[in-house]
This record gives sequence, C-alpha cells and structure tokens, in this order.
Amino acid sequence: MSNGYRIKAAAIGLLWLVPDCQAQDGHMLFNRFIAERLEYEGNGGLHLAKWDVQDWFGNDEHKLWLKTEGDYSADQGIFGRADLQVLYSRNVDSFWDFQIGARRAFEPERTFDAVIGFQGLAPYFFEVDSALFVTEKGNVLGRLTLSYDLLLSQRLILQPRIELNLAAADLQSRGVKAGVTEFEAGLRLRYEIEREFAPYLGVDYVEEQSLREHQHSVRAVAGFRFWY
Amino acid sequence: MRVNFRQADSRSAPAKSAAKRVSKLIRGIGWGMVLAGQALAGEYHLTIAEKRVDIGGEPQTAILADDGLPGPTLHWREGEDVVLHIENRLSEPTSIHWHGIELPYRMDGVPGISFEGIAPGARFSYRFPVKQNGTYWYHGHSGMQEQQGLFGALIIESAQPQPAADRDYVVLLSDWPQADPYRTLARLKKQSDYYNFQKRTVGDFFADIERLGLRETLSDRLAWGEMRMDPTDLADVNGSTYRFLVNGRTPQMAQHFLFKPGERVRLRFINASAMTYFDVRMPGLTMQVIAADGQNLQPLNVNGFRIAVAETYDVIVQPQAERAYSIFAEAMDRSGYAHASLSPRADWLAPVPPPTPRTLLTMADMGGAHAGHAAQGDNHLEHAEHAEHAEYGGHASQAGENLEAAKPAAEHAAHAGHHHAAMPPEIPSYQTLDYRDLRAETATPLGKPDREIELRLTGDMRRYIWSFDDVKYADAEPIRVKLGEVVRFRYVNQTMMNHPIHIHGLWQYLDIGAGAYNPKKHVINVRPGTTAVVDVPADAVGEWAFHCHLLYHMDTGMFRKLIVEAPDRE
Ligand SMILES: [Cu+2]
Repeated sequence: MSNGYRIKAAAIGLLWLVPDCQAQDGHMLFNRFIAERLEYEGNGGLHLAKWDVQDWFGNDEHKLWLKTEGDYSADQGIFGRADLQVLYSRNVDSFWDFQIGARRAFEPERTFDAVIGFQGLAPYFFEVDSALFVTEKGNVLGRLTLSYDLLLSQRLILQPRIELNLAAADLQSRGVKAGVTEFEAGLRLRYEIEREFAPYLGVDYVEEQSLREHQHSVRAVAGFRFWY
Repeated sequence: MRVNFRQADSRSAPAKSAAKRVSKLIRGIGWGMVLAGQALAGEYHLTIAEKRVDIGGEPQTAILADDGLPGPTLHWREGEDVVLHIENRLSEPTSIHWHGIELPYRMDGVPGISFEGIAPGARFSYRFPVKQNGTYWYHGHSGMQEQQGLFGALIIESAQPQPAADRDYVVLLSDWPQADPYRTLARLKKQSDYYNFQKRTVGDFFADIERLGLRETLSDRLAWGEMRMDPTDLADVNGSTYRFLVNGRTPQMAQHFLFKPGERVRLRFINASAMTYFDVRMPGLTMQVIAADGQNLQPLNVNGFRIAVAETYDVIVQPQAERAYSIFAEAMDRSGYAHASLSPRADWLAPVPPPTPRTLLTMADMGGAHAGHAAQGDNHLEHAEHAEHAEYGGHASQAGENLEAAKPAAEHAAHAGHHHAAMPPEIPSYQTLDYRDLRAETATPLGKPDREIELRLTGDMRRYIWSFDDVKYADAEPIRVKLGEVVRFRYVNQTMMNHPIHIHGLWQYLDIGAGAYNPKKHVINVRPGTTAVVDVPADAVGEWAFHCHLLYHMDTGMFRKLIVEAPDRE
C-alpha cells in the first residue's frame, strides 16, 4: 500500500469521525464505525494482517456507507488485496438495506467496479452482506458474507462466518477464473469486554482458485472487533 | 455525594423560609375562602441548573431543579392559583411539564407544542388554577433532561377532607444512567440489543431441551428466529447501565421511612423513570391501593403491582410488627432493583428480598403483530390474563417460580393476622394489581364516544424506531378532534414492548367494562400484543402532546400532536 492510500484512508476516517449529532423530530443523524475484523492470520508459512472495516453515516433511511477489506503480508511486504467501497444505502425494510455505489480496488490490480447489494439480518439471525460487482468491461463478480453469533455466555460469543467470492466468467486481466474464486470459512471466539471492544481467537479455512493457481490453507487468527 | 437529598417526608415543604411559613398560615386561614370559591395563590420558584452528581462512582452531569435529585416535592392545594417561576441557568433551553395536571395548554410545558420553551438564562412563569388533587409529578420535556434528573413529586391536597394517614411519604422511583442519554440513544440506534445482557445462550438451549424436549425447544427458537426478535427483550435500556433509585438514593444509600407499628402509612409511588417499569412489593405487607394517577379508587388489596413509567399509585400499608419492612421495586426485566426500608427505627434496615425470577416474552405477546386484534370488538385488554402470567411471575414453563411461590410461607402467615381482617373481605388479598380490578371511587358517566380512532403502536426494533401507525412523529400529521367530543382511542400494541401512553391535558378513561366506574388515568400501559381502549373527553382546547412515555420511544417517533379544536365561531 502506498502512503498515498494510507493518507486517503485516514482522511476519510477523520471525515466520518464526526460526533453523533441529533436533530429534532427523529431526523437524527448517526455514525457507526465498525472494525468487524482487525486480525493477524497465519500458519507455518504465512503471516497476514487482515482488516474488514465499515462505516456508515446517516439517518434511519439514508446512509452513506464505506467498506474496506484487505490483507497485507508482513514478511513479503505486499498487499494481497485492498479495496474500498463507497455506497449509498437505502433502508428498504426493517432488516435490509439496499446499497449501490462503486468499488475501487488498489491491490492486486487497480480496478474500478460498480456495486449493488443488500446488507442486513436474515431470518434466524444470519448477518448477510452481499454484493454484485460489475467491472468496466461488463463482467460480473459477486461476494456473499454470512455470519452468526452463538452466545456461549452474555459476553463470550462464537461466530461462524463464511465468505464466498464468485465470478460469472473468466477474467484474464485479473487472473480470475469463473466460479468460486475464494471461499473462506472461519470460526472466531470473541469476548466482549465492552460491547464495543472484543478480542478474539479463531481459525480460518481459505480456498483460493484463480487462473494461475489453486491453493487452500488452514490458518489461526487472532484479532479484535471494535466499533463506536 | 453532592446531591442535595431532600427529606422524603412529603409533609416537609420544599422551602422553609419565613415567607413560606406565613403563606402556609395564610393558606390555613384561607381554607374557608377556598370553599367559598375564592382561589388562593401559591407562588413557587424553581431554578434549573447543571450539577455534578456521583451515583455510579464517577461524577456525571445532571440537570436538576433546585439542585435536588429528585427536585423538591411541590405541595399545592386544590382550588389555589399556582404561579411557578422557573429560572433556566442551563446553556440549553429547558421546560417543565406538569404531568397529569389539567391546565391551559400554554402552561403545559412542551416546547414546540404548547410553548416556546425556556431559553438559556431566561425565566418563565407558569400560572394556572389547580382543579384537582392527588399524587402527580413534574419533569423536564426538553431534550433528555428528564433522564438527567429533572423531575420531582407534586402533591396536591384535596379541597375535601380526606381520610388521614398517620404517615405520608413520597416513594419516587427513577433510573439513573451511567452514560449521556444521547450516547445511550446512539448505541440503541447502532445496536438495538446493546443493553440486553440476559439473552438466551447455548446453555439455555440445552437446558430447554432437557426441560421441554427437543421438538418444542427447536420450534421455539425457530419461531423467534424467524421474527428476528428476542424473548428476553423486556427493556431496551436496563440495569446493565442504570442505577435504580428511591427518592434519588441507590439501595446502598439506604433510604428509609419511619413508622410506628399499627400506623396507617400512605406511600405515594411515582415512577419517574425514563425507561424502567418496576414490580413493587413489600414482603410481609398487603398494600391497599387507594389511588392511581392521582385519582381515588375503591380500595384494592394487592401484594404487588407493576408501575409503568410515569404512573403513580398511592397505597396504604399498616405494618403491625416492630420490624423493618422492605420496599422492593424490581426492574421488570430483573436487571436491578430499587430498595428502601419502612422501619420503626432509623438504624433498622430491611434486607433486600430475593429477586423474583426473570420471565420471558411469549409468542402470544407478539400477537398484535399478527393482525386480527383490531377487529376483536369489545374484547379489551385481550391478552391481559395471559400477559399477567407471562410477565408477572411465570407461565406454565416456569411453574413454581412465580411471585406467589417465591414468597416464604411465613409471609402468608403474617397476612392471617388481625390487621388483615380489617380489609374489605370481598377483595382477594393475594394478587398483583391488574388494570381490570381498578374502580374509580366516584362515578363519571361519559357520553357515548363520538368517534373512534385506532392507533397502532408500532416499532422497528432493528433500527430502533418507535411510531404510531408505522409513522414516526417527524413525518406525521397531528390528530385533530373537536372540543366537547368524546373520542374513543383503541391502542393496538403491535410490538413486543410495553408502552405507557400519555396524553397531556386530557384524561383517558380506561374501558375495563366498569361503566361509569372505569378508572381515569393520565398514563395507560399497553402490554405487548394487546389492545387497550380508552375514552377521552376532549374538554380542553389546545395543542397537546400525545406520546409513549418511554423517553427513547418518544424521541425516536412514538409521539403525536393532538389538537383539540374549538368549534367555529359563526
Ligand atoms: Cu413506547
């Protein structure tokens, strides 16, 4: 990651660090920053720092939503993946937001996609984050994340999580192979010291399939979840 | 503790200046003049200012009247003209609402509805004749000031002689937050179950399988899961952040009230909480409820009652034994309690009784959400029977753990004592208060309702929005009625929460089928999944606030303006 990106990310972060302000009569504005995952992931031959951060700002119906995900290999000094989505989010139901916007990937390639998706809580308390990405050339990619909170106690929470990345067709320029390009299944055990701050330990199974390679690995994870 | 805690003794005047004593004397002399129809003038001053208080172990900002948490107990007399000078020493606007009081709407004290509010540094004088008597309270109606400590008791002496009690105490219950109320609201908006630390765990799942079997447990979990709701969601904000207070005191601060055995003690319970319902009991004592919301009732003996936010109940107890009795007010979700002692000696404190078990909501509490209730004719408070069980002490699955059973047998024995015999025999003495048992002391024949307005109580739990008819206040038109009309409101609760519905300036006659003896109240609690029917005589012109009295429900949209229009002058 270039320093430029870091500065940009910091600037955006600061922009959204505005305090929760309230206006009269329910036209209240709120801001939520959530680092769902800030973690170290590794096994014998692999050391990654991963992030999955979202921030929204708005009222009950309309929100501006930012999402960024990525990983950084400390020993190799390279980013495996880093992207930022800027989305307009419209509440369409108690439990669902419709989102539309753009994704800028910085790594591994600089790409630009249109995004539409739904985010919310499905019946039986499954957290869902789904998106379709349409590339500049009209190719379609998809991402689906499902997670579930299993309460072992009021503060000790086991979270199974699945993430699927899909491609409708081969994408030579990005080395993407049609089908499931990435499958991640993880289990994280977190302890909510505060609702807002919870360190966790876990394990991730990751399978990647590209035009160049196929690999799968099991990794231990340690990190924390943080929001305000 | 820097809070100025006032004497709980409601007979002590708020300010003991010489002028006060003189005015009391004059009032005494003026007693006859009241009866002659000549009003007296009571003049009161309240200063609203910020103050640091330390209740949770860390000083916090409170907004207080006359530096008191609660504010001073005001004593008025029916028939007098009161003048209340309010000085705002805050850096933000303020207001005082006289809860449950009949008055000209400009004096009602709701900024944006009935007046401009009191600007920082400004004064405002409320003036109105006092037309009623009983136990009421006052509180801020600006921002979250009520949650920050701006409230106090309001006792209005009757113009008619009332049966005297030997002791008369205000028991003002409240919830004190550990966070800035706006922060609390923001948390709820971001994660609506933020404060629920009583959710069902994996362990509960297996315990339920053992108790109920796999099939029933699974179907229960699937039913709640399908709705994305939680049966432990009894209180949005609760003891995980609140301290529960009696007259501004935590249980550790040992609030106590004195009595001598055999005395009749009148306790004026006021729930000045922003969000908390309390289940009140006094182990070893039968409470005779004599008034609700300031209105005299035909006496009703209970061993416990639930007091909704903003309600008041006056009870008489007659402790016989030379021992300390507990005044125990548990938060409805059992996340904490307020506690005080009724004791023959100042150094005798009653132990805190064992808590009653936590109860869960049931599918039936969700009944309102599945339609059909609006069409059920006159079957008011449809779920009342069920709800009583579900919320108050144990449905079938919790048999043996209910309020009754939780009490030691010795307590039952105590009730067999002779003082019990003095109570009207036809009233069962072991029960919790139920709205359906309330009977007004005197009859008020009401005309047939001129029209009916159905108001659905609605909410969006996930986004933490509360509303009437799925429309939040920001997007809603006022409700308009005509002066002289009797309007029948049908509150259909389609949410899984209780909502204490409050109309300013007007009375709600709760239809429990008692005709002219239906009780009138300023707050009607509507249980989850039930419908409550009230008749409201629109007898005061003006623009009134009409809202759920849970502060965070009101603030997120469960609020309406109710306009009572004068007939067109031709
Ligand atoms: Cu409510």
